[in-house]
Amino acid sequence: MEQHDQVHGERENEPLGSFASYTVGLIFALLLTGASFLVSQTHLLWAPGVPAGLAVLAIAQMGVHLVFFLHISTGPDNTNNVLALAFGLLIVTLVVSGSLWIMAHLNANMMPPSALMEMRR
Amino acid sequence: MSANAATGDFAMPPPSSAPDTAGSGGGPAPVRIVVAFGFWIFLLSDIIMFSALFATYAVLSGQTAGGPSGRELFQLRHVGVETLCLLFSSYTCGLAILAIERRRMREFYVSCALTFVLGASFLGLEISEFVDMIARGAGPSRSAFLSSFFSLVGLHGIHVSAGLLWLTFMVAQTATRGARDFVRRRLLCFSLFWHALDIIWVALLTLVYLMGAR
Amino acid sequence: MLGKLSWDAIPFNQPIPMAASLFIVVVVLGISVLIIWKGWWPYLWREWLTSVDHKRIGVMYVLLALVLLLRGFIDAIMMRTQLAIAAGGAQGYLPPEHYDQIFSAHGTIMIFFMAMPFMVGLMNFVVPLQLGVRDVAFPVLNATSFWLTASGALLVNISLVVGEFARTGWLAYPPLSELQFSPGVGLDYYLWALQISGIGTLLAGINMVTTILKLRAPGMTYMRMPVFCWTSLTSSMLIVAAFPILTATFGMLLLDRYVGMHFFTTDGGGNFMMYINLIWAWGHPEVYILVLPAFGIFSEVIATFAGKQLFGYRSMVLATLAICVLSFMVWLHHFFTMGAGADVNAVFGIMSMIIAIPTGVKLFNWLFTIYRGRLRFEVPLLWAIGFMVTFVVGGLTGVLLAVPPADFVLHNSLFLVAHFHNVIIGAVLFGAMAGYNYWFPKAFGFTLDKRLGAVSFWCWLIGFYLAFIPLYVLGLLGMTRRMQHYADVSWQPYLIVAEVGALIILGGIVATIAQLVVSIRTRERRRDLTGDPWHGRTLEWSTTSPPPPYNFAALPEVESLDAFWAMKQRGPAMPPDHYQSIEMPSNSPNGFVTAFFAVVTGFAMIWHIWWMAILGVACALLTLLIFGWKERREVEISGAQLAEAERVRLRPGDAA
Repeated sequence: MEQHDQVHGERENEPLGSFASYTVGLIFALLLTGASFLVSQTHLLWAPGVPAGLAVLAIAQMGVHLVFFLHISTGPDNTNNVLALAFGLLIVTLVVSGSLWIMAHLNANMMPPSALMEMRR
Repeated sequence: MSANAATGDFAMPPPSSAPDTAGSGGGPAPVRIVVAFGFWIFLLSDIIMFSALFATYAVLSGQTAGGPSGRELFQLRHVGVETLCLLFSSYTCGLAILAIERRRMREFYVSCALTFVLGASFLGLEISEFVDMIARGAGPSRSAFLSSFFSLVGLHGIHVSAGLLWLTFMVAQTATRGARDFVRRRLLCFSLFWHALDIIWVALLTLVYLMGAR
Repeated sequence: MLGKLSWDAIPFNQPIPMAASLFIVVVVLGISVLIIWKGWWPYLWREWLTSVDHKRIGVMYVLLALVLLLRGFIDAIMMRTQLAIAAGGAQGYLPPEHYDQIFSAHGTIMIFFMAMPFMVGLMNFVVPLQLGVRDVAFPVLNATSFWLTASGALLVNISLVVGEFARTGWLAYPPLSELQFSPGVGLDYYLWALQISGIGTLLAGINMVTTILKLRAPGMTYMRMPVFCWTSLTSSMLIVAAFPILTATFGMLLLDRYVGMHFFTTDGGGNFMMYINLIWAWGHPEVYILVLPAFGIFSEVIATFAGKQLFGYRSMVLATLAICVLSFMVWLHHFFTMGAGADVNAVFGIMSMIIAIPTGVKLFNWLFTIYRGRLRFEVPLLWAIGFMVTFVVGGLTGVLLAVPPADFVLHNSLFLVAHFHNVIIGAVLFGAMAGYNYWFPKAFGFTLDKRLGAVSFWCWLIGFYLAFIPLYVLGLLGMTRRMQHYADVSWQPYLIVAEVGALIILGGIVATIAQLVVSIRTRERRRDLTGDPWHGRTLEWSTTSPPPPYNFAALPEVESLDAFWAMKQRGPAMPPDHYQSIEMPSNSPNGFVTAFFAVVTGFAMIWHIWWMAILGVACALLTLLIFGWKERREVEISGAQLAEAERVRLRPGDAA
């Protein structure tokens, strides 16, 4: 028995809207990718700001993917998906930034492992 | 008097276009939503696994042990083509899902074929990059930087390979079983997977290649 | 042909491992012969090995945990005995290389193959029943998770007979765990066993999160869920978040060992401190994965046996969520002394103290639940009271250790060992035993013997204090962990007291085994005919004991918290005039077969038998593809069958 099922995150009566959403998403993603390459390889952006600029562009592009390809939205049916994503992002942030912070301090304070090994008698 | 109103709890027959009922106390959610959500949680766990490798790469990226660094090794033109292949394959994957939902089967098979070809091109380019690096003495056991590079990018590549295998399987299953409910659910999961791989690639591209090549 | 495997792998020249190996081989062979001779194999295959029923899977998890409790405890007694005698110049009876394997195996087994399966098993059995639904979200995946966990346990036990185990402690820090310093197969047994079972656990976590968020009975909003379901949800969320980190970290160590990469090596730019950082980023959430379900069990038990609704439901939920999030912000406290410096240490130290606050909230809620209630001292409640006292002691020592300067003195001393045993035994083990006694009648249709249950409890309680309070003192006196012998004979009296404590705990374990045997023999006396032996408050008690495979003929309509209690107050409802037919998933050999190939692959990778490893992976993949190709098979249960079963269940004279 074929039923009308809802695509993940999609609202009831917008089948045409989805083709538009994929295409718009593609265009945005292409623009952001191009911008990232430009920022990284030319002097368009002030040099010390390049890492931050790249990060912003990357986050924007990930957002484009999430919204236009994965259809993450803020509708009531989507609350669990958004909360799960938020939790996941929290964990990723904690693990990555926590590790970087900790390891930077450890590397600054402690002997490098190779030098440590040379101390073995 | 209680009737088994919704599915997801193995009641028959399958429901109508029921929205996600569990949150508001409407009983178990429909199977399609249960499966998609479970797969979404799996994807998030996969992203966390990648983040541990990202963190390791970030910590070890400077440890070249006298060997070559990213600036010497990365070829951005090559990487740019890989990026376009993967991005377009994500797009064609989306088109495939649209096609199957509207039962436009020819569109579906063409989109899947394009997705496969683009994904396989990405993989081929990446393998050639790895082979080239290894041939130049910059293999994964040369330094901590290279170990973390190969494992991070390589893990993504393994996921892409698994995705291509899955896509082949799904096309075969669709061709023999038709666009049944369970087949479409699995295709939906595949598309979530494929899009997530592109998201991870954006992070890889930025952190590893674009930052590393400067 | 067979990689590194040869007859040397069997410990012919070491008496103690040889004796242990023979014992295991005899037991396994004996059980196999018994099964074949009595013709039990078809029954076992049909009803248990291929079952996808969450209740069966839960029982198997708990059985696995109980068996591995024995193995892990034997390791513990061996260590205690060694330390009781190896004072001054004495060397004891266990050489260091062997002692190292024993403490490594003890920790690995108790955490991964006793505590985890126990909690996951109880969650598996209870949560769908409490939510008022028929099974978890993905039943076949559930079975696969169990069998993968069992595969890991099997590999660890194979290491006793063929080869050796790791000597690096339960977390295998590099550089000791790198190939250069641990060239043997022991580490590889450890890594492959944990990678395989880690995948099983991750899948179980995904399953449980999806079940709790997406499958609940009609009317059961989030704030009407039992607290055990909230703690199961948060524990499973932590599994999903933390286990990928473990997989990645062990994966990197495996790459170092097998392919010569340089993640954690001492040369090539490797940084072993990164391993410690990552492994504890997993390791701290892991202990909350273990303790949160235990907290949930106590919430259920205390409310039931106090005859009162749990005090402060909302604050309980908030505290649980707070613990879930905070548990990812404290992990550095496991390596304060590694040199991150005062700033970093201070932040993580403060966070570690903050996480004690929501735990305190929970404790007060339990106390206020008991206040003005009427306690019934059934066995589960004994465990709960014992927990409340013991866990507070352990928690306080934890807050002490969270102060970085104090930790510089106490890190890796026996004080630390006493602290974590205090909290794990006090909360996780006591919770497991409480849950075991509490839900046993639901699973099997008769209660456990009360007297032997009390004996077991008192032996554990008294034994625990005797075994571990001396260790707090020893830690303050300067004794470190993982010592095979020691020079300071003034430590010996404490260690002898600890040995006595361990022997009393042994009595407790024997009492638990005896309780099971006696209870089975005399089960007719304690049959649970109503399905509600404890005057429970939550939905699992509204089913028969044991429940039918489909749990509920018609999903209950939930109108409040403590749904079953509310139903009992309303009085027996009219049964519906007709039941919709339902489809239950049919059995699947997928989990068992996949796990079999996982064991083959793991064993082959450990011994470098490459062709066997490739074959194992290929067969596992093939199993997945074959399973995936077939559509999910289901068994239909007609409305008429359901009506008949309900008619029998709701005979006049039986309260609903």
